[in-house]
Amino acid sequence: MWARAVRLGLRVPLGGRRGFTSKADPQGSGRVTAEVIEHLERLALVDFGSREAVARLEKAIAFADRLHAVHTDGVEPMESVLEDRCLYLRSDNVVEGNCAEELLQNSHRVVEEYFVAPPGNISLPKLDEQEPFLHS
Amino acid sequence: MAAPVLRWGCPGTCRAIAWVYGVPRRRRGAWTGSTSSWIRGQSSLAQEPLHTSRKPRKGEHKWAAVVGLEIHAQISSNSKLFSGSQVCFAAPPNSLVSFFDASLPGTLPVLNRRCVEAAVMTGLALNCHINKKSLFDRKHYFYADLPAGYQITQQRLPIAVNGSLTYGICVGKRRSQVTTRTVRVKQIQLEQDSGKSLHDDLRSQTLVDLNRAGIGLLELVLEPDLSCGEEAATAVRELQLILQALGTSQANMAEGQLRVDANVSVHHPGEPLGVRTEVKNLNSIRFLAKAIDYEIQRQIKELENGGEILNETRSFDYKLGCTVPMRDKEGKQDYRFMPEPNLPPLLLYDTTSLPAGADSQQVINVDQIRERLPELPSVTRERLIQQYGMLPEHSFTLLNEVGLLEFFQNVIKETRAEPKKVTSWVLNTFLGYLKLQNLAVRESPVTASALAELLDLLDSKAISSSAAKQVFEELWKNEGKTPAQIVSEKKLELMQDQEALEQLCRSVMQGHPEVVMDVKKGNPRAINRLIGLVRKATLGRADPAVIKAILEKQLSCH
Repeated sequence: MWARAVRLGLRVPLGGRRGFTSKADPQGSGRVTAEVIEHLERLALVDFGSREAVARLEKAIAFADRLHAVHTDGVEPMESVLEDRCLYLRSDNVVEGNCAEELLQNSHRVVEEYFVAPPGNISLPKLDEQEPFLHS
Repeated sequence: MAAPVLRWGCPGTCRAIAWVYGVPRRRRGAWTGSTSSWIRGQSSLAQEPLHTSRKPRKGEHKWAAVVGLEIHAQISSNSKLFSGSQVCFAAPPNSLVSFFDASLPGTLPVLNRRCVEAAVMTGLALNCHINKKSLFDRKHYFYADLPAGYQITQQRLPIAVNGSLTYGICVGKRRSQVTTRTVRVKQIQLEQDSGKSLHDDLRSQTLVDLNRAGIGLLELVLEPDLSCGEEAATAVRELQLILQALGTSQANMAEGQLRVDANVSVHHPGEPLGVRTEVKNLNSIRFLAKAIDYEIQRQIKELENGGEILNETRSFDYKLGCTVPMRDKEGKQDYRFMPEPNLPPLLLYDTTSLPAGADSQQVINVDQIRERLPELPSVTRERLIQQYGMLPEHSFTLLNEVGLLEFFQNVIKETRAEPKKVTSWVLNTFLGYLKLQNLAVRESPVTASALAELLDLLDSKAISSSAAKQVFEELWKNEGKTPAQIVSEKKLELMQDQEALEQLCRSVMQGHPEVVMDVKKGNPRAINRLIGLVRKATLGRADPAVIKAILEKQLSCH
């Protein structure tokens, strides 16, 4: 599977570094900084909440870092594990929809067949306003 | 009635000029050089009369504006990009939403073949390189109308790259000549549309309708080769015509099928590019031009006053005619792009690479699509010029006005008159009347058949051209009369009786001996006076050329 050297010669730029290894790398020890945590919490709307959660994250990164042991020089990266599959093309026919009632049942609040959401995006509180658990 | 040929209706700005002359800081005087009257009108600084006609001196700073466009065109298809729910403009809220569109767990995207074909057609029409392999990615951000929390798009490897869009812009003193310009197309990618949010500030809530969520979009990214509002508007108009000719999108800006965002910056030529702002909420071509020009001026003024430009998103307020900063946009977004794990790469083939025995429904042959491309606007224009001998600017006008080309072709079909005559009548008289009353072609009270009949009468010399104009005016009143009826009612037929005309000429000459003397003396204008007198006597029912010939013959006999 790795010997897929004969690809279409398309250099896929690794845009948007996946994983957090790149950010943690400069520390060397795999520590994740408070800024990174705050950034992640904003982006993913995840609340790390406690020191244990951050430690768990650091362990996960260290575990994934072991991938570096594999020698991948000159090997074209895969796009996904499905890249050999055929992408199925659907005919342009209308076969779904018309189930507003069913869908709206999922919503906590509904107004005249519209889903109800809070107004716009609510900003998260800044880091200094949060519980400073990371500094303790 | 000689009405002008349609001009591109922008508040005349750049006229093919990229530079806008600013003034040096120490003298906050008027705008100078070749700025337009619109700018002068807007600027409150344009009071000092001393500097209005001053040419820019050496060392004075010129400004160049750089405009890049991001265009989203809704693909014209029956169903959505990744699901089988219907694409339709107005429908009860959330009635055209499948489980996938609502992002319910366990649903997967299934690519719509028609959307891929639409993307390939558009890429080919814009001279792009079609990527035989393209990839889908997820772009993550949180908003109520994006139920999945991400949009499926093509960030790494889009379906088409490196194309060009050629458009024609009016130049010259009377904007009568057309010159072609090109803007490079950076890429075209397939992506999902989001739902619609209705903000209810009163009750502090947002109402979400997902009917639009998942509809296929073509995102076209243009390189910043444009330099003013007029160029941008013309380029977008040409793109609209191309998309409509291809049938890939109806490209109606008012209905949101074509959305344009503009990135605008200014800089001094030779120096690095300035900070750019993004202008959104442009829902007509006219506002697009206005907004860009306003933003260019705003940035120039700001920089000349020592301020700085923020890299922000601004909205165009069409009532005030200005751009304002948008709320609810927090700095730089990190979209955390990742490959879409549920979709393998999209592979396209051409005739040589088509796998043998492949299911034709499951493969897309780019060569086949290229062969089946309909006639593009630029080709149509060229054909009109060759076939009917019209000028390039005429062909531009014919295609630019909705329904005008069809009208023109219908008249041509039904009339014996020369194409040049038809062109002149359609572009000058017919269009002139339409513009005066701000009507669209389909609202015209005069049908193509009626005009054809009128031109036949003119062609057979049954009426004079001035009589024809009168008939046209009557036809415009839409009282249900045919041209022939109007001619007989108003007695506009040309005098056919040669002898009676000759007699009239003789009696006019007898009645105005002093004018005859003038002619004999060699006064070149006197003959026109005579012709005028005869025409009056005939109540405009004689061809002036015929009158002239008769008079000259009679005068030479004396």
